[in-house]
Amino acid sequence: MTLGAIALTLILLNVYTDLLDPVRARLANITTPVYWLVDLPGRGVDWVQESLATRSRLQEENAAMKAELLIHKRKLQQMASLAAENVRLRRLLNSAEKVPHRVLVAELIGVSSDPLTHRVVVNKGSRDGVFLGQPLLDAQGLMGQVVEVSDYSAQVLLITDASHALPVQINRNGVRAVAEGTGDLYRLDLRHLANTVDVRQGDLLVSSGLGQRFPVGYPVAEVVAVIRDPGKPFSRVEARPMAQLNRSRHVLLVFSGEEAAVPPAPAEMP
Amino acid sequence: MALVKAHNRWVILMSFLAALVAMSYPISTTGIWLRPELIPMLVIYWIMVLPQQSSILQIWCVGCIQDLLQGTPLGLHAMALMVVAYVCLLSYQRMRNYTIWHQTFFVFVIVGLHQLVDSWVHSLQGSAAQTLVFLLPAFTSALLWPLLWMVLERLRVGYRIT
Repeated sequence: MTLGAIALTLILLNVYTDLLDPVRARLANITTPVYWLVDLPGRGVDWVQESLATRSRLQEENAAMKAELLIHKRKLQQMASLAAENVRLRRLLNSAEKVPHRVLVAELIGVSSDPLTHRVVVNKGSRDGVFLGQPLLDAQGLMGQVVEVSDYSAQVLLITDASHALPVQINRNGVRAVAEGTGDLYRLDLRHLANTVDVRQGDLLVSSGLGQRFPVGYPVAEVVAVIRDPGKPFSRVEARPMAQLNRSRHVLLVFSGEEAAVPPAPAEMP
Repeated sequence: MALVKAHNRWVILMSFLAALVAMSYPISTTGIWLRPELIPMLVIYWIMVLPQQSSILQIWCVGCIQDLLQGTPLGLHAMALMVVAYVCLLSYQRMRNYTIWHQTFFVFVIVGLHQLVDSWVHSLQGSAAQTLVFLLPAFTSALLWPLLWMVLERLRVGYRIT
């Protein structure tokens, strides 16, 4: 009885206040070994695949990667001149230069097994400089933000969780909106977009940086459906996240703004 | 006697830890609702077999650890397991006399209760399931019960837990 009452109090404290967050962060340390244990078979399989790969497959993979690298390097050549141009133009406008973001490569070690919670666990924690609210990316786009940091791991709330929303803008015309998670791993909804707003199927949504939490310009989602009902004040806009929310294993934690200026943990490459 | 008790506690604890690890194993998003709820099933089993020696505090702690693992509000699973433990403590004598298929139905009801509490707390957060899909784990748990029963009975005989 008493324990039930304590549990109820804990739930209410946790849902309606953030008093328990420091306690949770402290306690979360005991979960790290469990996730490490759960991750073990997966890592074993990876290791076996890596060490038992055939020569021809490795050669193929190597060739494919070289081709990809070449393509990216070509883009990067242009990038240098574009970046320089951007800096010049910004100086003309007297606005601040954009600082390139520093990243920390992390690996996914766990996924919340609760179907109603979209959270993942990464293998970097406060010892590596990870902080609350830090954005997480994969190769394709924005994945989510850190909501709980323990010493050696951190829990990340994905952008599709029902309790998550982030400010975005349409890349084509700069229209701002709020992308809300729906609890479905493949869907985000745009809130309060009037029927007259110029939004089309296939539009890319990028983070707008307005919430001061996510850095500007990272791809978030692609609009897949725009349903305009004249009888309703807002149109229903559905988008599909760009990030591979249920597949990515290697992810990037971004340091932007003031955090990047502080000398933190070294950015490491895999 | 005290030694036997300590030994029993140890085995029960290990079974809960194994269930916690099994519950955190990632599975695909399509199958995520089919994962049986191992921890309430273990609570049902241990209370039915050893009602005097099952520690409610231990069950409560296991629930809290599960909350930390899954990132759900702290106390959610602790509370749900308290409900399960309470119902089991009231009815373990009857349950012992049931046949295994009868027990299976009982497990469905109790794990369903667990899921109801779970869903209620999620609805406080605004992330509840829209349909009755949250009862699916109760169904798969019930299906798994005869197998789990057999395995745990083996374990109990093997480790001489009485």
